Amino acid sequence: MGTVIQASYFLAAFLFIIGLKRMSSPVTARGGIIWAGLGMLLATLVTFAYPGMHNYPLMLVAIFVGSVLAWVSGKRVAMTGMPQMIALYNGMGGGAAGAIAAVELAKVAGGRADLDVVTMTLAVLGGLIGSVSFSGSMIAFAKLQGLIKKSLVFPGQQLLNLAIFAAILGVGGYIVLGEPLGLPVALFFGAALVFGILMTLPIGGADMPVVISLYNALTGLAVAFEGFVLNNAAMIIAGTVVGSAGTLLTQLMAKAMNRSLANVLFSGFGTTTAGGEEAVEGSLKPIEATDAAIMMAYAQKVIIVPGYGMAVAQAQHKIWELAEQLRKRDVMVKFAIHPVAGRMPGHMNVLLAEAGVPYDLIFDLDEINPEFPQADVALVIGANDVVNPIARSDPSSPIYGMPILDVDKARNTIVIKRGAGKGFAGIENHLFYADNTRMLYGDGQKMAGELIQGMKQL
Amino acid sequence: MIEGFIALYIFMLAAFTGYEVISRVPVILHTPLMSGSNFVHGIVLVGAMVAMGHAETTLEQVVGFIGVVLGAGNAVGGYVVTERMLEMFKSSKGGN
Repeated sequence: MGTVIQASYFLAAFLFIIGLKRMSSPVTARGGIIWAGLGMLLATLVTFAYPGMHNYPLMLVAIFVGSVLAWVSGKRVAMTGMPQMIALYNGMGGGAAGAIAAVELAKVAGGRADLDVVTMTLAVLGGLIGSVSFSGSMIAFAKLQGLIKKSLVFPGQQLLNLAIFAAILGVGGYIVLGEPLGLPVALFFGAALVFGILMTLPIGGADMPVVISLYNALTGLAVAFEGFVLNNAAMIIAGTVVGSAGTLLTQLMAKAMNRSLANVLFSGFGTTTAGGEEAVEGSLKPIEATDAAIMMAYAQKVIIVPGYGMAVAQAQHKIWELAEQLRKRDVMVKFAIHPVAGRMPGHMNVLLAEAGVPYDLIFDLDEINPEFPQADVALVIGANDVVNPIARSDPSSPIYGMPILDVDKARNTIVIKRGAGKGFAGIENHLFYADNTRMLYGDGQKMAGELIQGMKQL
Repeated sequence: MIEGFIALYIFMLAAFTGYEVISRVPVILHTPLMSGSNFVHGIVLVGAMVAMGHAETTLEQVVGFIGVVLGAGNAVGGYVVTERMLEMFKSSKGGN
């Protein structure tokens, strides 16, 4: 391989790491993606000069098709649809890694290439991980997009998954050690794709952030393995960096929900019914938007707690408008974000940023919790399980032990909610029944609009 | 050729790098960063191009073609959504 190509890959790997480093601070984040993008462009361009390649016209067609589809869909999607788009693009990366493995194994099966045992093992493992990440991410995409509404759970499911996984490993071992003929290779990839589907189907919507993050890390790992097979250091480095960074991110998320990764993957959360539930004391007390507006306008400190309901109602712009009205009246406004509010870590931050909320008004759980007792009003919009005090008090609750925002400690709480339904975990929220809680029923965007109107009329 | 142990060293050092780069990231950047790292593994496009460039049978060419389409989608889509998200970050003190 030419020195120029090697040097370019080296530079690309360097740019990726610098880019990621810059992306981990809000001040330099915007520059970070551009650095990484330059690295990608460089690596792609020099690859055309790779020795011994053919099929160039078709390759250009493939790049064109993939790029245009992704460009158009990525530009068009609304900010609220970001999580599923990340799942989609991530799945494509996993599929590409799987395809590389398939081509290499097909060459070996056809007797046109000979790989040693270590390389074969990594090719097979990368192919397995990439394929699972591909089909699993597609299911995650379909679930978040609302194409699949139900979680599929049936008796003996985990036993079946385990059996399929064992079969995959068996066939994979045979390919590495025995004669890698066409049929086992085809069987191997087919089974891996099915496994990804079956693995993801039972997982509930509330757990999707963790799952997408996990598949992101897995795709990175698959890319690193295939990079070893193709003898490409840029792929090994970029893939491994993403693999480990993604694993850490997945752990942070699972920890924020106070659940282990195994629990997320194998328990079918969001579908289990909560047993032994405490009876709820008190009643739901509705409030009118005009009264709620007065309450907030004369407060000294208001903490706004957004949840997935805000994303569904596309209410982030109205909420910021409301916050600006309050700030004009010298009310101190802060936004409190639970780590798993929404469908992705930081989902709420992205939506608030879209609406123009400066990031220094946004606080996470540990920073904001001590401030709730001094807040005159906590405004909860479309959040449920992440503010349910039962997570502190009832050990039999499925969300017991999950860190929550201490909204119940604020002097008054206003909850904007579409109806009296339950959250993802399917449990009653005791906060809604508390003496100092008032319910403002309606669509988040519409209610925020009415609050602004009410405030303007004061 | 990257020899066995050299590859292992690269693997280990890159793993620590990824961990360190992410370890002190604020929650507000979790989604953009997940998206950004999703973009970075779009480097798989390069591998898919090499695999397709060396494909011989029709089956290999078809699978290689799919691989390049998917890889390009990962890289371009990952870039577009990350860039769109990060574009929105600004502080109340003005500037960036």
